[in-house]
Order: sequence, then structure tokens, then C-alpha cells
Amino acid sequence: MIAPWLFVAVALAGGLGAALRLVVDGVVRAAVSTRLPLATAVINVGGSFVLGLLTGLAASSALAPGWLLVLGGGLMGGYTTFSTASVETVRLLAERRWGPGVVYGLGVLVLAVAACVLGVLLGSA
Amino acid sequence: MTAPPPADPGDADLRVEEATARPVHLRWRSLGTVVVGGTLGTGAREALALTFPAAPGTLPVTIAVINVVGSFALGLLLESLLRRGPDRGRRRDLRLFVGTGVLGGFTTYSALAVDTGLLLDGHAGVALAYALGSVVAGALAAAGGIALGAALARGRASSRARPDRRHDS
Repeated sequence: MIAPWLFVAVALAGGLGAALRLVVDGVVRAAVSTRLPLATAVINVGGSFVLGLLTGLAASSALAPGWLLVLGGGLMGGYTTFSTASVETVRLLAERRWGPGVVYGLGVLVLAVAACVLGVLLGSA
Repeated sequence: MTAPPPADPGDADLRVEEATARPVHLRWRSLGTVVVGGTLGTGAREALALTFPAAPGTLPVTIAVINVVGSFALGLLLESLLRRGPDRGRRRDLRLFVGTGVLGGFTTYSALAVDTGLLLDGHAGVALAYALGSVVAGALAAAGGIALGAALARGRASSRARPDRRHDS
């Protein structure tokens, strides 16, 4: 178990991450006009890269484990979201846009994992 | 300058929203709502993840369950709100608090990505099962939530249309 203050810090960081997601989502939607749910993809791929970077830094002891919890599990955990990605994929499929739906669902997954692995490599270098 | 069309004087939400021209993602009220919801959602996820941690090299079941359950709940919430009326006032507050905040903070994509990436090194089969399984199960769960939200809305509409049979279900 972790210290109560650390737990509270992780949860609050998640709240800030969620608000950051609201802002980035709004900014991307205003800047780019597309029928694909691009904003959530940008958020999830970007957040996965940052979590990878933090994980790599923690693995090479450049980042304390407590900070990995607060910035990784908290801030990036709250910033990225799986539920919206699922709903947006289903909405594409429900409009019978099978190609975009499958490409979106799997494409974001592949890009997020790749971005994360790149982040880990950069962070632990 | 063209004046905006006059708002329905009976709709207080609309009047407030016209008075504050800022988009929803830049309003302090929206941001505060999402911070509180996101703190609760992240706290719940972290508590579950710490109570039921995944052993190294095994499938991160806790995060997978969190993501699938959260996808179902978000599908149900958004479909229910959509069928109750336009996205403003209390409905928008609820969407921001529960949807963007609580469920957005509860579910996480970055943990899925980092655990898949770490599992790929030596446990490629588990990594593939976790990543693909999460996305497919998450989509099915979201579809189930949307379907339930639609069914509940239809039930409400038909019980309003036939008030004498309201107690049938």
C-alpha cells in the first residue's frame, strides 16, 4: 500500500489530467475538421508516449517511484481515456463506416503502443 | 454585425450560455466539474489497481476490467443523455462530471499501452491478447451500454404514451 497523501496526490493529478483532456479535445476539434474522432486519438497516443517516457525515466532511476505514480498513473491515467475511444469506435461502426471504425480502433492501439515503447526507450536511454 | 437569434425566454440555460461566449472547454465551471469527476474516477482506478495488482508477465486483469466496465457505463450514459434532449444545462453538467470526469479518469489508455509494450518483451502472446481483447471487449461493452440506454429510453417513451399501462414493467 502507498501513503495516504500519495494516494490523494495521484487522484488529484488524475483530475487535472481529465481537465487537460477537455481542453486538448476542444482545441483539436476547433483546429481540425474531420469526421474521424481525431482528438481522442491525439490524446491517447500523446499520453501513452509521455507515460512511456516516465516509465523509462523511472526504470533508469532518473524519476522517483512516487513521481511515476503521480505523473504516470495519475496525470497521464486521467488524461488518456479508454471509454471515449470505445464509444467513438462503436459510433463509427454504427454508422456502417466499417473501414474507418476498424482502422480507428486498431490504429490508435498500434500507434499508442508504438509511441509508448518509443517513450520507454528515450526515457531509459 | 448580425445579432444572434433571440433565445427562448423560458430557457435559462440557453440565456446563460449566450451570455458566456467561451467554448465549453475553456469555462472554469466545466473545468472544475471535470477536475472533481476525474479525481474521483482516478482515485477509484488507483485503489482497485493497488488492491488487485497484476503479477509481472501476466495479463493486467484489473485495468482490463476497469476499461471494459467504464466503456459500458459511458455508452449507457451518453445514449441516455442524448435521448433526453440537447447537450446543455444539467445534461451537459452530468456528461462533463460523470462522462468526461469520472469515467474518463477511471478508464485509461496509457496504462493499456505501457503494459502491452512491457509485455511484448518476452510475453508477446499475453500482450496481444491483452491489447486486442481490451479493444474488442471495450467496443462490445460500449455497444451494450448504448443499446441498453436506447432500450430504457424507448421504455420510458412508451410508458408515457400509455399512462394506463405504466406499471406493466
